[in-house]
Amino acid sequence: MIKLTLRKKLKASGGEMLLDVDATIETGSLVTLYGPSGAGKTSILRMIAGLLRPDGGSVEVNGQTWFDSDKKMDRKPQQRSIGLVFQDYALFPNMTVKENLEFALVKKQDPAIVAELIDTIELGDLQHRKPDTLSGGQKQRVALARALVRRPEILLLDEPLSALDASMRIKLQDYLLKVHRQFNLTTLLVSHDVSEVLKMSDQIIVLENGRITRQGTPLKIFSDRQAGNKFQLTGEVLNIEREDVIYVVSVLIGNNLLKVVAAEEEVRELAVGDRVLVMSAVFSPVLQKIG
Amino acid sequence: MTDWTPITLTFKLALITTAILFVLSVPLAYWLAFTRAKMKPVVETLVSMPLVLPPTVLGFYLLVAFSPNYALGQTLEEMFGLRLVFSFEGLVAGSILYSLPFMVYPIQAGFRNLPPSLSEASWVLGKSKWTTLFKILLPNIKPSLLSGIVLAFAHTVGEFGVVLMIGGNIPGRTKVASIAIYDEVESLNYAAANAYSLILFSVTFVILLAVYVVNGQYLKKFWK
Repeated sequence: MIKLTLRKKLKASGGEMLLDVDATIETGSLVTLYGPSGAGKTSILRMIAGLLRPDGGSVEVNGQTWFDSDKKMDRKPQQRSIGLVFQDYALFPNMTVKENLEFALVKKQDPAIVAELIDTIELGDLQHRKPDTLSGGQKQRVALARALVRRPEILLLDEPLSALDASMRIKLQDYLLKVHRQFNLTTLLVSHDVSEVLKMSDQIIVLENGRITRQGTPLKIFSDRQAGNKFQLTGEVLNIEREDVIYVVSVLIGNNLLKVVAAEEEVRELAVGDRVLVMSAVFSPVLQKIG
Repeated sequence: MTDWTPITLTFKLALITTAILFVLSVPLAYWLAFTRAKMKPVVETLVSMPLVLPPTVLGFYLLVAFSPNYALGQTLEEMFGLRLVFSFEGLVAGSILYSLPFMVYPIQAGFRNLPPSLSEASWVLGKSKWTTLFKILLPNIKPSLLSGIVLAFAHTVGEFGVVLMIGGNIPGRTKVASIAIYDEVESLNYAAANAYSLILFSVTFVILLAVYVVNGQYLKKFWK
């Protein structure tokens, strides 16, 4: 179990912001930190990893105190059992894929885990290549495998899939879920992609302006009702047009463009580029096999 | 017939200076790149001073400092039997100070230009700062290390004012090529001056060309 109480003044683009977070994460769960950029998601990961020092509070992992401002406890990143996957992957350019993984080995650790991970994550053909010759998705897999070499208790993922295209993203989500279960990890994922959050997480912590605004299961967070005859799709607003007294909002969902009629007060909060949830009650959905 | 002693002395001086400077500059550059200490600007200024200070000023103060008539020179002589004025060792000491920014700045820039996540990734993987420096940081700033080495070497080859002030013009000990050139010109021996100049010119050209070729990755095309 991870218990977090974190306070920190952050310098964000819009001025100073106070991060004030209190959260408990169950062992073995996959929890997503969800929220707009600049809400403090990455800072929380960095504070758990020991790369950023909170102004106050504590970090407790499985009964061990990693940080406590009152007791002046502050473990170095080296002494915290975590795997961290950076947004920019942070692969060492001077080492091959295999060497990147081997570098992570603890002294006297059985090197068999390197081969095992390379196998799990299907990197066998690439293991002697240098990172700068790999694609984004491949780099991502190497970074994930490297983070797991030391068999950490906690896996921290900082927007691991944001730079990848949709199909690659889905594949990597499957990899993530696979290793999460295989290695009995407690995983904390930073994401602002709704579909990713819905698919992956057991719990969601919604962060806004440095504070937790909502917390719960994905279904609870993203809908009021449990699943029924209701469609929920996430998409991106491409265009908002006024037609007489109503507005027509063009929403891109996957590869489909959907036009939704909206009232003025609904449109007021929307801007082009916003991610939105499109809901509709359907009385007789029709299924047709396509392949 | 050209007397080769000034040339060999020049390169011996440059080699030794560069080697010592490299060992000193890596930690100094690391500190300058990552410290948040308040005195950083002061240290940075001191390192930069040789860039703008007339070499004669630096040479003059070194001459005074190293002189056995003053505390530092006296201590050095009594404790280590080392006399730094009008000696080769003195030239090395002077050259180290004089070429310091040329070694420190490329390495510092190299450290700064690496994404901070590289070091952080290494720490999170349980590696000490020491291991991180040798296994991650230094191998990834090889071009900067090479620039530093070459610039410091070339700059030491070309120094004149500092050497003249603290070394004088003693053949075989402190008479380096740049001083030999001045000497030959003064005695209107243009042919000898030209010989020395041409050698320095060509060597410096070749060294700098090598750096641009290597750092510009022109060679990588042929290796792959």
